Amino acid sequence: MNGAPTTMKFDSTWVRNNIFLGMTFKEYVKSNFTKFNAVVALILLLGIPVIFYRLLYGLGPSTNLSDNNPWGIWIGFDMLCGVALAAGGFVIGTAVHIFGMKEYGFLFRPAVLTGFLGYLFAIIALTFDLGRYYRLPYPMFVSWGVTSVLFLVAWHVALYLSCQFVEWCPAIFEWLNMKRARKIFIKATLGATIFGVCLSMLHQSALGSIFLLMPEKLHPLWYSDYIPLWFFMSAVAGGIAMTIVESAASHRIFSHQIKVHDPDHLNRVTLGLGKAASVTLFAYFFMKVIGLAHGNNWAYLNTPYGYLYLFEVLGFVLIPALIFMYAVQNNLVGWVRGCAVVTIVGIILNRLDHSIIAFNWHLAWKDRYVPSWMEVVLTITVITIGILTFQWIMNRMPILYEHPDYEPEQH
Amino acid sequence: MDTSRRNFMKVLAGLGLSASLCETGTALGDDLRLPGYPNQFGVLVDTTVCIGCRRCEWACKEWNKLPNQITLRDYEKDQSVFQEIRRTHADSYTVVNSFENPRDPSKPIFVKKQCMHCYEPGCASSCFVRAFTKRPIGPVTYDASLCVGCRYCMAACPFDIPAYQYNNPWTPEVTKCTFCFDRISQAGGIPACVSICPVETMTFGKRTDLIDLAHKKIRDNPGRYVNRVYGENEVGGTSWMYLSAVPFDRIGFRTDLGTAPIPTLSKPFLSLVSPVFIVIPALAMGMYSFKKRRDQLEKDEINKALDKKEGK
Repeated sequence: MNGAPTTMKFDSTWVRNNIFLGMTFKEYVKSNFTKFNAVVALILLLGIPVIFYRLLYGLGPSTNLSDNNPWGIWIGFDMLCGVALAAGGFVIGTAVHIFGMKEYGFLFRPAVLTGFLGYLFAIIALTFDLGRYYRLPYPMFVSWGVTSVLFLVAWHVALYLSCQFVEWCPAIFEWLNMKRARKIFIKATLGATIFGVCLSMLHQSALGSIFLLMPEKLHPLWYSDYIPLWFFMSAVAGGIAMTIVESAASHRIFSHQIKVHDPDHLNRVTLGLGKAASVTLFAYFFMKVIGLAHGNNWAYLNTPYGYLYLFEVLGFVLIPALIFMYAVQNNLVGWVRGCAVVTIVGIILNRLDHSIIAFNWHLAWKDRYVPSWMEVVLTITVITIGILTFQWIMNRMPILYEHPDYEPEQH
Repeated sequence: MDTSRRNFMKVLAGLGLSASLCETGTALGDDLRLPGYPNQFGVLVDTTVCIGCRRCEWACKEWNKLPNQITLRDYEKDQSVFQEIRRTHADSYTVVNSFENPRDPSKPIFVKKQCMHCYEPGCASSCFVRAFTKRPIGPVTYDASLCVGCRYCMAACPFDIPAYQYNNPWTPEVTKCTFCFDRISQAGGIPACVSICPVETMTFGKRTDLIDLAHKKIRDNPGRYVNRVYGENEVGGTSWMYLSAVPFDRIGFRTDLGTAPIPTLSKPFLSLVSPVFIVIPALAMGMYSFKKRRDQLEKDEINKALDKKEGK
């Protein structure tokens, strides 16, 4: 970065500085022999053949899907949980760019990056689930099934991915040292954020609305007219919880990147997020109770599915909401972080309840779905590749810190 | 009351009057008896007649060129399949199941299962590439050339009919009964299963006629049937309908489906889309300008105070 040239040059020093982290190729390769990468290599060694097996031999041999259980964990976990937990980008974007909460500004880039990669890899995982994955663009370009909630999801997820890309672009262009392009995209951030809020509200709730068509398959404790609202509110809570966990983790793992590390500032912001999480979870809890009363499903509470429901709604919604409140009042940052992890587990449990555990509850046990080992391995592989991508970008682009050559963003 | 308001009230009253005069006979918000396709065909299945010969299964596979076909004689001989309740699969669009008869245990009740061809099909409304079409003559057909393979239709079907070619790695398709669309769109054509039935379990005809026939059968044969035509109102009505001697939940039918068509369940949500795109940007821009203005005022205040101090 010598004197910030306006045009970039892809010569060997550029490659060395920006791709190999300032090392020679040999040094760079050597630096990758770490314990973490050994585990990653092991996962990929098992996972990549599984991906090829799925693509070459089809869904039948590689999954436990059946005519009664058309959807498994690639939808229930990869898609539903992935998108819900990637809501951090839109939550922080709203707070920073629309409500003008500047003290949360430093969370925006990591949240957007996490969100973007979360969506991207949810779509990649979804591709393996589609029978004819090579027709993925059909709902956009070939035939419009406008009566389908899934049509809305497909379009909104695709558009939202673009929005998040626009929000992430300033970091890319700072890395590539392209000033004019960066300026254009910084100007576009507000628009992208507002458009992203609309898209997020709709597709987060639409992912739940998918189940509106199946009152006869989904257990009454999870089926309600309120599903869209439940999914949206829990996604907001999940996005906040993910931001708490992700900011704590990356400030520890990538601490060498931050020159003036101010743990007090991060703690203050974490407490603020904890407060937001508490409020959101309380609101979500009351919506759950209203849904229960609206459907008059109290009698189901004293059944095995009812115990699961209570475990989910009390253990992972009400209790975290109370702990968040207590922790924020007593400045217990560690508690807020722990509680965020519990909230994330709760969102995952909720999405699995909707899509797998309480789905087809009327069927006999022998007809129910349990994922095959290949479905699990493929899921872990996709997540691993996602984490690798995240790490690669974090090590190169100004995500956690402000680029020394550039002023803070303004629009 | 000023004149303009009086005029307004007059207009309102006029509107109300004209609305009450325009008696069309259809109530707003009524899910049932949508005009739909009044001339569509249907089939009435009388489960008290079926003998479980499984010829309909054979004829269906034969006509639709489904794999693993065995001879008709082998079909009739093979009674072992009745030991468990089967559902439709990729290579069988229709199956006959056997249920215990609570009236006479020596005579099981045989029930043919296939696509019900709903008035307002859940599969069609769930499909994000419009691969399903409700034809004016009744059948719900599937176009494999559009299908992406998301399998939402299978989840959305209240009768668990669509199946998937899971073992086809490159070009898997959703499979289901076609109501022999190719046969019945010809004049005088009837479905393969109906034409082969040796005991006339099934009656093919105009759906409206079949409903009359079903109720007439129930009236004319006291004690033979339960007083219900399954499919007349279920999920808004289906082209295929059933008569039974025992309550329908005893012979594998879901009696808790209700009368609301499946597509109406997600309609309220979908109608929220455009309001969100109008209201949220307005609110967000409002929020943004509000915050910006407040920051500006704050800054002005500080500058003013500083100026005052310097002026002293």
